Amino acid sequence: MSAAEMKAPAIVTVAHVSKVFGELKALNDVSLAVASGAVQCIIGPSGSGKSTLLRCINQLEKIDRGAISVDGELIGYRRAGDELHELNDAEIARQRLATGMVFQRFNLFNHMTALQNIIEGPLTVLKQPRKQIVAEAMALLERVGLADKRDAYPSELSGGQQQRIAIARALAMKPKLMLFDEPTSALDPELVGEVLTVMRDLAASGMTMIVVTHELGFAREVASDVVFMDKGEIVEQGPPQTVLVAPRQQRTRDFIAAVLK
Amino acid sequence: MTVTSSRIDAGDLAQVAGLRIVPKRFYGRWVAAALIVAVLIWLGVAFAKGDIAWPVVAQFFTAPAILSGLTNTLIMTVCAMALGIVLGVVFAIMYMSPNPVLRGVALFYIWFFRGTPLLLQLLIWFNLALVFPTIGIPGLFSWRTIDIIGPFMATLLGLGMNQGAYTAEVVRGGILSVDTGQTEAAKAIGMTRLTTLRRIVLPQAMRVIIPPVGNEVISMVKLTSVASVIQYAEILRNAQTIYYANARVIELLIVAAGWYLLVVTLLQIGQYFLERHFSKGRGVRRKVKRAAAQEEPA
Repeated sequence: MSAAEMKAPAIVTVAHVSKVFGELKALNDVSLAVASGAVQCIIGPSGSGKSTLLRCINQLEKIDRGAISVDGELIGYRRAGDELHELNDAEIARQRLATGMVFQRFNLFNHMTALQNIIEGPLTVLKQPRKQIVAEAMALLERVGLADKRDAYPSELSGGQQQRIAIARALAMKPKLMLFDEPTSALDPELVGEVLTVMRDLAASGMTMIVVTHELGFAREVASDVVFMDKGEIVEQGPPQTVLVAPRQQRTRDFIAAVLK
Repeated sequence: MTVTSSRIDAGDLAQVAGLRIVPKRFYGRWVAAALIVAVLIWLGVAFAKGDIAWPVVAQFFTAPAILSGLTNTLIMTVCAMALGIVLGVVFAIMYMSPNPVLRGVALFYIWFFRGTPLLLQLLIWFNLALVFPTIGIPGLFSWRTIDIIGPFMATLLGLGMNQGAYTAEVVRGGILSVDTGQTEAAKAIGMTRLTTLRRIVLPQAMRVIIPPVGNEVISMVKLTSVASVIQYAEILRNAQTIYYANARVIELLIVAAGWYLLVVTLLQIGQYFLERHFSKGRGVRRKVKRAAAQEEPA
């Protein structure tokens, strides 16, 4: 991390978070701070809890212990003296506006065209005037290189194109933070590059990003910080040159050797 | 010499490729079709010779009483189905709500209205005045039940609420058919639970909901005939009233049957277009369009 980034305040703080699915401890006392403007990559074997951590940050999962703050707000609860009161549906929805999320399986709205997918949030959630948001949506389509696909339905697009539309849809809400949950894992190998290019541009524009990924090359090139998780715990954290190139922990070494094999 | 074998030497292939192709013969189909035609002719002759006064059928097909009965049948179908769909959607959403009270209410509603015969429900609504002579809020306003719940109201409530219980299950099935990823994506852009249902889940559930609901509209057209027992003047009841007077029983039943078939046929055509509309984004409609567009310039 550069000196400038060190000084930047944390936009996401995860403090001693645990999450249990039945018998399985998905997260075990995880703490993490992500600075504003940082690109935080999270790597680790499947079932290590990295996707769960991401989903806890935008409240798609509820945490069992600990606390998370996003953009200076405690998420999921309102503090009243010594008590934490659960927030209602509308308040949680409002808190989610700070984060944009990109899913492994794209999850584009199947009954809407590319353009309709992008304007849906600004139109129904932010209630902005249609004319303005269509112009902004077209600019976003331009940015992800798909202006000619504005009227295509998701079923008519390749995986890579769908994922780029999904990124545009998240950006249309003007989030302060973007979460990527294995954005290239469901793609054919030849389609991974186009999605990573969009993400690289996004990182260069200064967007704060938390990226769960298996693309070690992308992490080495773009990440400002890398976390290696295993069995619900953070095993190792540091700059990409350390964690990805000369890891200190044996578990990290084994994982990277297995991925590069 | 005629060769009837599938064995062939590689050398003969080129020669074989030029021979005339004789399509497969389907003798079974011809026999079946001939049998069916024979049965139809026999039936036709039987009906023609039978004691049916066809001029009476023609005369009463557009009689004012029959047409007003038809109108009442159609009005009731539309109103009861509309009530059923509204109740079905509301109770399906309540059933799937995280709120245990709403879930309990929905469960009770579906259990009660699916668990008792429609005819019995109609009779209860029609005779509600026996239990509650007046309805309203005591001290504020009240009406005599008998003025409010006549044949129309009793039929509407009976058919509509019964239909709602079935439609709730159809709608619930449709909602469950939509991938959870769609809901998560909607939440992620800040939608509340109800907005997600309205904008994302229900429109996609429609594709699964429409065929069975279309089926139920068609069955509702005919179900309205049950209301004849509580004096609702739908087409079957009016046909009966006429044949009680003129004793042309079969003729008037044929008139009613003809109208039911006509209405159901029109509804089936409507259902086809509705289903096509809600298959949007499923790559069916647009691919057909595109294929047509590609063929045109050629």
